[in-house]
Amino acid sequence: MSIDEELWEISLRSLRVTLTALLIASIIAIPLGTYLAVQRFRCRRFVISIINALMGLPPVVVGLVVYIMLSRSGPFGVLNLLFTPTAMIIAQVIIITPVIASIAHQSMRELWAEYHDLLISLNTSKWQRILTLIHDGRRNLLTAALAGFGRAIGEVGAIMIVGGNIDHVSRVLTTAIALETGKGDFVLAMGLGFVLIGISILVNLAIHTLTRTEREGRW
Amino acid sequence: MTAAFPLILSGVQVRRQGKTVLGPVDLTLSANGTTIIVGPNGSGKTTLLRVMHGIERIRVGGVVWENDDPAKHAFVFQTPIMLRRTVAENLAYPLMLLKTPKDQIDLAVDHWLGRIGLDSSRGGQATRLSGGERQKLAIARALIRKPDVLFLDEPSANLDGHATREIEALLHEVANAGTRLVMATHDMGQARRLANDVVFLLNGRVHEYGPVEPLFTTPSTLELMAFLRGDIVS
Amino acid sequence: MNRALIILITVFCAQVSIADVMRVAVTTSFENSGLADVLLPAIKDDLDLDVQLLVVGTGQALRLGEAGDVDAILVHSKAAEEAFVAAGHGTHRREIMYNDFVVVGPKSDGAGAGAAANAADALGRIVAADRAPFVSRGDDSGTHKAELAIWTLAGIDIADLGLRYQSVGAGMGAALNTAVGLNAYVFSDRASWLNFGNKGGLVLLYQGDPALFNQYAYLPINPSKNSHIRNDLAIQLEGWLTSQKASTLIDDYQIAGEKLFTFNASSP
Repeated sequence: MSIDEELWEISLRSLRVTLTALLIASIIAIPLGTYLAVQRFRCRRFVISIINALMGLPPVVVGLVVYIMLSRSGPFGVLNLLFTPTAMIIAQVIIITPVIASIAHQSMRELWAEYHDLLISLNTSKWQRILTLIHDGRRNLLTAALAGFGRAIGEVGAIMIVGGNIDHVSRVLTTAIALETGKGDFVLAMGLGFVLIGISILVNLAIHTLTRTEREGRW
Repeated sequence: MTAAFPLILSGVQVRRQGKTVLGPVDLTLSANGTTIIVGPNGSGKTTLLRVMHGIERIRVGGVVWENDDPAKHAFVFQTPIMLRRTVAENLAYPLMLLKTPKDQIDLAVDHWLGRIGLDSSRGGQATRLSGGERQKLAIARALIRKPDVLFLDEPSANLDGHATREIEALLHEVANAGTRLVMATHDMGQARRLANDVVFLLNGRVHEYGPVEPLFTTPSTLELMAFLRGDIVS
Repeated sequence: MNRALIILITVFCAQVSIADVMRVAVTTSFENSGLADVLLPAIKDDLDLDVQLLVVGTGQALRLGEAGDVDAILVHSKAAEEAFVAAGHGTHRREIMYNDFVVVGPKSDGAGAGAAANAADALGRIVAADRAPFVSRGDDSGTHKAELAIWTLAGIDIADLGLRYQSVGAGMGAALNTAVGLNAYVFSDRASWLNFGNKGGLVLLYQGDPALFNQYAYLPINPSKNSHIRNDLAIQLEGWLTSQKASTLIDDYQIAGEKLFTFNASSP
């Protein structure tokens, strides 16, 4: 495989792992964050504090825990998921869900404060409230998702452990950079780094353009 | 369509942070017309309205509707709450909640946009409207589900004369068409213009309640007399 | 439309391969040598076997073997390997090849390590001169253990060295980077050093002492650990690694005109 083909392969794999993790994490985090904003229950403040605290989880620790879970000698060993991109996706979902949930919760809370009286007056159900908030607050939710993306695309500790950085199987941009840095090939590592930054900028720009379109009322 | 009345409040009290904000209040509202609630700032007008609508938690006492169907009330807040959507979408929202078919929604939205004169702004963001336009939109949105009762909390408090006139005209039409209005206001002239009967609230208690003209020309309490004179009453 | 969607999803999620696949944990020093890039394609050609390499430190390789997450390991730490087999984690230990360790340091070589009589002497001189520090991997790897063995030979207790001894707790590449940054002496395997792209002001100073020979061994993991372990493939690979073909490939492998490994597998 030529260098270009290899670069293409690991870049696509990076995107595949991170975007899949982002999708799954958002599906969990956004309704969760919104629900926490509208529903009052006894341990609500505790749950919110836990989620905020989980944002500070060191990714390497998450990687270790996921490794122990997925190891053949571990509880989920039968699934044979270790050292595959799927394991990497699992680890990244665990890492970024609290981030997205926390930011989503923050903006949903503000929006709920704004809409509160009106939605109660209109006799909306809990579910209708959540859907309305998510719909009207979608720009801020996109920002939350972007934050999750940023965390995931640059992550290396967890996916190194659970993915194994296996050539042609689980090697992505960040783990490749770590490998080349360790070998002392700084030039290649920097090059890969620029590709990573480039991808990140592209994704951010794409999201930014989408939200700006919405502001003109075309959504 | 006012089978929901009479509305009976008995011994209603609302407390906030240890202070009694409203009550005890005993009040029976009849089936027809427009009731205006007046009183100085902090007398509990907003709280009373919210209690009647059912969005305020009552500590003591009860609110009894003859035939309560919460979907048949609507509320217009002092500062209109605009959804972060277009004008037309704001209007359509209450109907969407009821899963009304789309063509019916479009008809209703077109009708009301014309009536409040916002047809040209239908595709713009509601948050970009002026204060008067927002309030008109809020009233139209409240009326789009054809409620039996419309509660309004000082709807023209922050508006200029022109906008106030437009709103009063709209409310006049609406009242004539049979909708029961219960409205708080600061503007004594407005009260006189629109009311059938008036509630005078002071320090969270009903001081006087009765048909508009006798109340204004011959108030029975000293406080109301002072209030009508323009004194600060507390 | 639906068909296209299904095909897209399948391609996206596909982890299907036709050839046999096995996982081998190898050390970073083996990976750094680049020998894998020569051996793996040959293995694929001859055995139709996809060997997935997990490049980790010796300690982690042994741990992975213990957990049964790999099918075999290739490491260079005899004492640890024998303990591994004794504990029942590996079926046996098969020597494949050896390379050697070298002492690398600043070009100026203020300590005169280059002129030492043997490896222990070289380290002794570095400590005595106290001109430049010594960087150690400090990660319990095969290389680290070999380094510690030389200190023991020299009769020096590293605990007494204080700041003259910098333990980084990392792989060979990271340790070399640190040594370059500090202009320090460092104990490295020859392959990693030759392949290292950031040599800076350091050069190879001392080599050749037999105490520096580094034996690589291949250990298949005990299949009784779990049902996923491909012991059959591990034995197949062992056969290949000890074959004539492997012998030629290994002995012929060079970096910058220098031979790196010496094949020394004998019949089992």
